[in-house]
Amino acid sequence: MTTRWTRKDLLGLRELSADELNFVLETADAFKEVGTREIKKVPALRGKTLVNFFVEPSTRTRTSFELAAFRLSADVINISATNSSLTKGETLKDTARNLEALHADILVLRHSSAGAPQFLASRLQASVINAGDGAHEHPTQALLDLYTMRERRRKIAGLHVAIIGDILFSRVARSNIFGLLKLGARVTLVGPSTLVPREFEKLGVEVSHEIEDVLPKADVVNLLRIQHERQRREYFPGLGEYIRLFGLTKERAKLLKPDCLIMHPGPINRGVEIDSDVADGLQSVILDQVTNGLAVRMAVLYLCGGIST
Amino acid sequence: MSAIIIRGGRLIDPANKRDEIADLYIVDGKIVGSKSEIREEFTRRGGKSEIEEIDARGLIVAPGLIDIHVHLREPGFGHKETIESGGRAAAAGGFTTIVCMPNTSPTADNPSTIAWIKDRAVAIARVNVLPTGAISRNLAGEELAPIGSLAQAGVVAITDDGHCIQNHEVMRRAVEYARMVGVPVLDHCQDYNLVGNGVVHEGYWSTLLGLPGWPAAGEEAIVMRNILLAELCDHQIHCQHVSAAGSVRLIREARKRGIKISGEVCPHHIALTDEAIQNFDTNCKMNPPLRSQADVDALMEGISDGTLSILCSDHAPHANFEKEVEFDAAPFGIVGLETELGLFIDLLVHKHHQIDIARLIAMYTIAPARLLKIDAGTLSIGARGDVTLIDPELEWTVRIDQFESASRNSPFNGWKLKGRAVRTIAGGKTVWKL
Repeated sequence: MTTRWTRKDLLGLRELSADELNFVLETADAFKEVGTREIKKVPALRGKTLVNFFVEPSTRTRTSFELAAFRLSADVINISATNSSLTKGETLKDTARNLEALHADILVLRHSSAGAPQFLASRLQASVINAGDGAHEHPTQALLDLYTMRERRRKIAGLHVAIIGDILFSRVARSNIFGLLKLGARVTLVGPSTLVPREFEKLGVEVSHEIEDVLPKADVVNLLRIQHERQRREYFPGLGEYIRLFGLTKERAKLLKPDCLIMHPGPINRGVEIDSDVADGLQSVILDQVTNGLAVRMAVLYLCGGIST
Repeated sequence: MSAIIIRGGRLIDPANKRDEIADLYIVDGKIVGSKSEIREEFTRRGGKSEIEEIDARGLIVAPGLIDIHVHLREPGFGHKETIESGGRAAAAGGFTTIVCMPNTSPTADNPSTIAWIKDRAVAIARVNVLPTGAISRNLAGEELAPIGSLAQAGVVAITDDGHCIQNHEVMRRAVEYARMVGVPVLDHCQDYNLVGNGVVHEGYWSTLLGLPGWPAAGEEAIVMRNILLAELCDHQIHCQHVSAAGSVRLIREARKRGIKISGEVCPHHIALTDEAIQNFDTNCKMNPPLRSQADVDALMEGISDGTLSILCSDHAPHANFEKEVEFDAAPFGIVGLETELGLFIDLLVHKHHQIDIARLIAMYTIAPARLLKIDAGTLSIGARGDVTLIDPELEWTVRIDQFESASRNSPFNGWKLKGRAVRTIAGGKTVWKL
């Protein structure tokens, strides 16, 4: 194993160096090729046990991790909050320690509380991979976003990336901010003042509430889902007004540079944060993101799984 | 008969404006004026006793310290702390009087629970335990608890600590009623709408970590409310664990206008900032939360200029298994009885020179005694023999595994501090000694 990667866990992008970020992306290059083979499988994690431990619902991320693990020949089990002991009152720590007692090597954790992966990583021998914790980080999502930008635009340094939508409650936004800034991109956050508070400027990004000022300058726009199901009413007056002020409508999409990439971590609310046709248009790389997610997650499992041995 | 002579210490008794090298005499649990009184007593009783002599040279001889904000957890939560273990922790911290909060199970909102706490304390606590009663029934903030009956049962104040009455009309009537029966009102200042599900100070670190924020305005809004009600009702409202710069400013202005408002400070709110939460350590989760450096600076200034007149711990024990959970899910609070004096001497006297040791002792003795109108916090002749010997220069290291408290939830493990109590005497008996 290389000395460029020494971590057993991937908890977030804030703690990674630019060199480590680049190394994950380079490793993903090698794994992307595996997906195009007739036999889409390598023996890198043969004999290892991976537990997808999802304490908050997810289909896309869980499936992507599961498939990534299969392609690395790991044994996989899926546990979700509804069928775990957590509903019987067992603590997260005890549940995780029981999984470790069954010799689980890698624990992929999705949890509604910020910091839950840090909590487990410091108490377990197994690798802990953060698959999203509260509004904190979603490192593999940001890595696949970085991978997609790098694939399309060769390098990330110098790109101007606009992240648009609900930033306050978004772990995707935070991981993207940390990763993009480390790799030299310029980041502008766009959304209503209640969901994009000025405090974010202290993280080294720009904040704008005027989407039409930002769109013509952006090399990438990353649209975040408006999570109206978990929003308390007072954050903005309603979806209609949101679309009027911040939606990427067809008209607004015309303001974009011709080579500007349109990204979205999914699931998309068609007609809310993004117009349906724009989501399917030529500038959209939304499905590339999904494909790249697999390669990136294979790289992360391979690197961290190698350390935990 | 028992007698103690404490020799050669620096006797600091703010209530009597004394600060001098002097001996102190305690006979049968009470402070007496001179050595000759001890001799007279001896002669009268036929000289059948020993005189214990304590060499206090180099030490401060202070009135027994008072902590007006302690959670003893009994009845109901004996796995966190008991009146007995909490009393031992208090003695080890230099306290001879502690005031316990009513959020027990059953809630201390009725005279029989108060009677139970008092009986239990007399039977097993090493120090004096003074209970508070709830302001509202079951701390629900809706109907008044039987405040008059609680006063008759011997509560020293009323408070819904841990909770905050949101309905200003209910609070107004509580304050008016408390004035009639002569008990001060202590308030945990938190606006539920502004705070929502916040778990840490709203600012840089909550933004970075994606943790729900608890804005300073959520405290300041209720401090303002309390100032208005203290003025309206002409009665004392004491703001518990003040954490925000705006609260200090509001209290300072109101006190200048003579309004009966006061505030207390806990050591964690000046020893740490919200930066301490960056590793999601649940021992840095308390309510109100650790705030910014600007808030810490304002608290220091408030202590220095007398705006904040009382020091206390908000001792809030929780078992390890309760704190060893996800940050959101962990209960608020830390233990403090055994670290607060050391932290305050170290930070306020030695490191930041905000106050001298005599002021610090006043903030732990005469100030809380006056607020609660209790007979404690002085070395006057005839007073109960409650004395704390303090070595302000002693360097020591906090070790949570050596706590007398039943709980270990402290962020200060391993901290090196200068200054601590070395002996605690309650009612003329040494209840703890280093």
